[in-house]
Amino acid sequence: MFQKSTITSNAIITNEEAKIFYEDMLLGRMFEDTCAKMYYQGKMFGFVHLYTGQEAVSTGIIKNLKPYDYVCSNYRDHVHALSKGIPPREVMAELFGKETGCSKGRGGSMHIFSSKYNFLGGFAFIAEGIPIALGAAFRNIYYKQILHNIDDLPISICFIGDGATNNGQFFECLNMASLWKLPIIFVVENNQWAIGMANQRASSVQEIYKKADAFNIPGLEVDGMNILEVIKVSREAIYRARNGQGPTLIEALTYRFRGHSLADPDELRSIEEKNFWIARDPIINFVNYIKNHNLLSDDEIKKIEKKVKLRIEEAVKFAIDSPEPKLQDLAKYLFY
Amino acid sequence: MSAKYLKIFRTASRNLLPSESKGSCRHFHLTSFPQASNVMCRDALNSALDEELERDERVCVIGEEVGQYQGAYKVTRGLYEKYGSRRIVDTPISEMGFTGLAVGAAFNGLRPVCEFMTFNFAMQAIDQIINSAAKTHYMCGGQIKVPIVFRGPNGAAAAVAAQHSQCYAAWYGAIPGLKVVAPYDAEDCRGLLKSAIRDDNPVVVLENEIMYGRAFDLSDEVLSKDFLIPIGKAKIMRAGNHLTMVSFSKLVGFCMQVADKLASEGIECEVINLRSIRPMDRGTIIRSVKKTHRLVTVEEGFPFFGVGSEIAASIFESDAFDYLDAPMQRVTGADVPMPYAENIEALAKPSLEDITQACRMVLEGAIPKEKAKAA
Repeated sequence: MFQKSTITSNAIITNEEAKIFYEDMLLGRMFEDTCAKMYYQGKMFGFVHLYTGQEAVSTGIIKNLKPYDYVCSNYRDHVHALSKGIPPREVMAELFGKETGCSKGRGGSMHIFSSKYNFLGGFAFIAEGIPIALGAAFRNIYYKQILHNIDDLPISICFIGDGATNNGQFFECLNMASLWKLPIIFVVENNQWAIGMANQRASSVQEIYKKADAFNIPGLEVDGMNILEVIKVSREAIYRARNGQGPTLIEALTYRFRGHSLADPDELRSIEEKNFWIARDPIINFVNYIKNHNLLSDDEIKKIEKKVKLRIEEAVKFAIDSPEPKLQDLAKYLFY
Repeated sequence: MSAKYLKIFRTASRNLLPSESKGSCRHFHLTSFPQASNVMCRDALNSALDEELERDERVCVIGEEVGQYQGAYKVTRGLYEKYGSRRIVDTPISEMGFTGLAVGAAFNGLRPVCEFMTFNFAMQAIDQIINSAAKTHYMCGGQIKVPIVFRGPNGAAAAVAAQHSQCYAAWYGAIPGLKVVAPYDAEDCRGLLKSAIRDDNPVVVLENEIMYGRAFDLSDEVLSKDFLIPIGKAKIMRAGNHLTMVSFSKLVGFCMQVADKLASEGIECEVINLRSIRPMDRGTIIRSVKKTHRLVTVEEGFPFFGVGSEIAASIFESDAFDYLDAPMQRVTGADVPMPYAENIEALAKPSLEDITQACRMVLEGAIPKEKAKAA
């Protein structure tokens, strides 16, 4: 049985890693801010669910993966996609409904897919992605143990929210993952709210990591606004999965700074609550950590900020300049 | 980070929540019609729910965001404040679970109105809708009745892509044991929802998100508390002699527009608003076709096994077949999952042009194009 880690101090990261993590978090933040702008300018439309505030979880987990690992997300998927490596221009073009988007303009915000980066979507329905992520884990064990086709074992990460942990599919999949010791990590981004429904009013048990106990899976609770904490637990969980010790459930306590979607007036969450969490902005806190530990100079930090800004600008330009899908291609991609 | 610090996080957040009794931050009108009788469909539905909740204490509303959030599309606005959390029940995201719960309650005397945020999400609970709700009265030889309403928006909205845009009229219409209604305007919304709630059988009410915000003038009769529209009866919106158009929900409005346009060319169309998918008012359709000799059906859903297919069958299964002067035309959505990009999304949904084109073809007696291919 997996023992909770005895490491008491935060994970130690190198200067190089600090660069990667900071750039990735900043990319996620700036991308989502740009999406809001573009939405209100009418460049993207429909349902758009922004990730602002939760960046430490995406970066802290995904940046510790190998390229051949799988990530499966939900409708709040832009930043997971970026962390996994999908170029921002492809995600932006997708949001604009262009042929050059990663889903060829057919999917939109909630259906970001990339087979190249092993990003399995992008799902509109809560908990829908959990069985998909589990299928990827099953496939990896099959390739290794039955087909003897790979050396390293790719693992599967499933991102869900607090609401999904009340869904039947969550429990069904935890059971199978534990039963078959599948190489999967369930990451619950507990931002405490569905749309206007607080998690307290929806869950009989507040501590989501405890739900893993029912299936003999280690459940770890972590401060989702502190990237170093996230990095620590994710490395432990990745090690477990890759070495045949089975699944882990990570509950990251976090918060979305914006409403549920760009259509949500977000009136039920109190100002005090929002300010409480905005004061814990994971990016600002990480920058302070970087400066206090002399991981990066002020110059290097500014360079990263400039780089990210340019990447976003280029992504928007690319999306604007890209063509829409051809009309005669309406029925394309129906079948392989 | 110690467990103690994390506990502070949880407690801090918990204390800052709005309390149960305070509800939302705004005060809402609890009557849906302040003065005027120009009423939006969402308010028409709201008033129907309000009146039926008041009339019968066994009626309750169960679904996601129906209570404190006032409904994802605001159809249940004000009901939580008026009827409390026991009768307006906010559920976790557990469609299979809460639908089954609602059906079980209906077996034993309650009259739940089960809201699906959209009928796309109801697919998660399809087993409960079909096997528990629809079939039980038959399977138990009539001992148990299931007075449940499943309601929510159905069909395409705008730019919400494949998983949010399907029309389920044909699917639910296929099930013996289910009644299925599809309101078009505010009058339909009031009358059909009230009838559905008072019906002792499972009724699926297929609303439309685009129509929620459309307003219509309502007569005093429609505004009265006992206004009911019988399930299974269609309405002739506009009489005519040259061509019959049959549709339901939002597209009834499109048919009316096309009828107006064709009228300026001297072509008088008869527009039938089905109102009920199941049981379908075949009689009204057949009588109309015998008069006009030409038929166009209009729906938003996929072409295969659609509502139009069923109407076509009902024509050749009756003597109306001999009255046809031309093959029937059906206007449907395209046979593709709804795309996201704006230009091809428009192609995937029926347009005024599509409907007009179909009318012209039926007037020429043209052979219908195969509907399986898009465009």
